[in-house]
Amino acid sequence: MKLDIFLQQVPDGDGTWWQSLASGLQWTLLVALLAWIMAFALGSLVGVARTTDKRWLTRLGDTYVELFRNIPLLVQFFLWYFVVPGLIPSVKVWVTTLDPTQHQLVTAIVCLGFFTSARIAEQVRSGIQSLARGQRNAGYAVGLTQVQTYRFVLLPMAYRIIIPPLTSELMNLIKNTAVAYSIGLTELFFRTREMGEMTFRYFEAFAAATLIYIVISMAANRVMAFIERRVAVPGYIAGSH
Amino acid sequence: MIAINNISKWYGGFRVLTDCSTAVAKGEVVVVCGPSGSGKSTLIKCVNALEPFQQGEITVDGVSVGAKDTDLPKLRARIGMVFQNFELFPHLSVMENLTLAQIKVLGRTPEAATAKGAALLERVGLAAHAAKFPGQLSGGQQQRVAIARALAMDPIAMLFDEPTSALDPEMINEVLDVMVDLAKEGMTMMVVTHEMGFARKVAHRVVFMDKGEIVEDAPKEDFFGKPRSERAQLFLSKILQH
Ligand SMILES: Nc1ncnc2c1ncn2[C@@H]1O[C@H](COP(=O)(O)OP(=O)(O)OP(=O)(O)O)[C@@H](O)[C@H]1O
Ligand SMILES: [Mg+2]
Repeated sequence: MKLDIFLQQVPDGDGTWWQSLASGLQWTLLVALLAWIMAFALGSLVGVARTTDKRWLTRLGDTYVELFRNIPLLVQFFLWYFVVPGLIPSVKVWVTTLDPTQHQLVTAIVCLGFFTSARIAEQVRSGIQSLARGQRNAGYAVGLTQVQTYRFVLLPMAYRIIIPPLTSELMNLIKNTAVAYSIGLTELFFRTREMGEMTFRYFEAFAAATLIYIVISMAANRVMAFIERRVAVPGYIAGSH
Repeated sequence: MIAINNISKWYGGFRVLTDCSTAVAKGEVVVVCGPSGSGKSTLIKCVNALEPFQQGEITVDGVSVGAKDTDLPKLRARIGMVFQNFELFPHLSVMENLTLAQIKVLGRTPEAATAKGAALLERVGLAAHAAKFPGQLSGGQQQRVAIARALAMDPIAMLFDEPTSALDPEMINEVLDVMVDLAKEGMTMMVVTHEMGFARKVAHRVVFMDKGEIVEDAPKEDFFGKPRSERAQLFLSKILQH
């Protein structure tokens, strides 16, 4: 393994291979971050919907989760990229105003956002349901509305309880960003393959990518562990309710 | 204050409550007892609409609980409830448990809510524990906080669902003492409990339930003197044995 390859210029490019991978990493992080925000918001909404006593809402939420969980992620990328714009005229009009990179970026964020939101919805639902009926009743009994009971009683505990599974969902999301190479987004995996194919230095390229993915996953893990410690409830023993 | 008229309730095909009627007048303490599974919890939860019922009517201070247009959060804010498993909010400090609904529901300022909370903690003997979290308290302390949380809303009536049955024996009295004081101050109370000592001390009436029916509803003296029904006699002899 020779590290000098990373300092060589990319043919027809405007930087070294090291810079090429770094720019790929930027896209990876941007997609992961924005998709996570979208997934967290949507997943919370859908997860909550599935725990209300409105039948049609829980059905709708269940269907949502099944839909995104049962279609392979790669297929979802192609659906969002090639099929959805054709189905919805206004989306098609909007997409034509984007340059290809923007289109790829938006697709990757939306696709991973929806995909991950279904998984987060599942965690949020199970977190809320692990609190049993008693906490909900206690919230109602002091006069809180349903929305207030979720906001001040159920969700604060549910989120705390599901931090460990949410951590693995975040790490999955980071790893899943690599699938965006399939629609041409120049994220880290795309740049890694490109480097391998153009220089035949696959070993160096993938060693670097592997290392980078491990580092960002571990960093995400650490951040979540930090949050978990910060919000830990003194004296609370999980499942003692 | 609380009027329960011909309530019936089903869980699917299973009838949990059959034609239950009773009432709790202002300042009255009514103890509800009966064997496990007889529907005591279900009945008391119907009073503040934590459980829906299919037949009959319940009114609290003249407001119909089952009516479609009743503002349930508003109604519930006026009725305190204490649960078997305390159900304090574990992520909030003791003081925050007492102030949350005061602020969010009654619109009190944090200062006013905290002052009220402090006074109530003092009253239940837990002034030193305001900053602790529920998980750091004993069961008896948690239940006293739960009573204070309910009282913080200045309720017109209090509901208790077996408030001492999840407690270790040595903690039962500290909770019962708070309840006895409340009763003596004239609080309207409906209490599901098997603590017959409490019933003898402060109850005005005792309601005995079995298999979803109110079998007996009598003044305390009559109930303990000579219950009319065999089922109540049997129940009393069983629980008074230990
Ligand atoms: N959600 C539910 N679905 C179906 N049946 C229920 C439900 N909740 C309670 N029941 C049944 O209704 C009956 C009355 O229950 P309830 O909890 O009111 O009894 P209880 O008198 O409070 O008993 P305990 O002394 O054990 O607390 C029981 O047979 C119980 O199994
Ligand atoms: Mg019960």
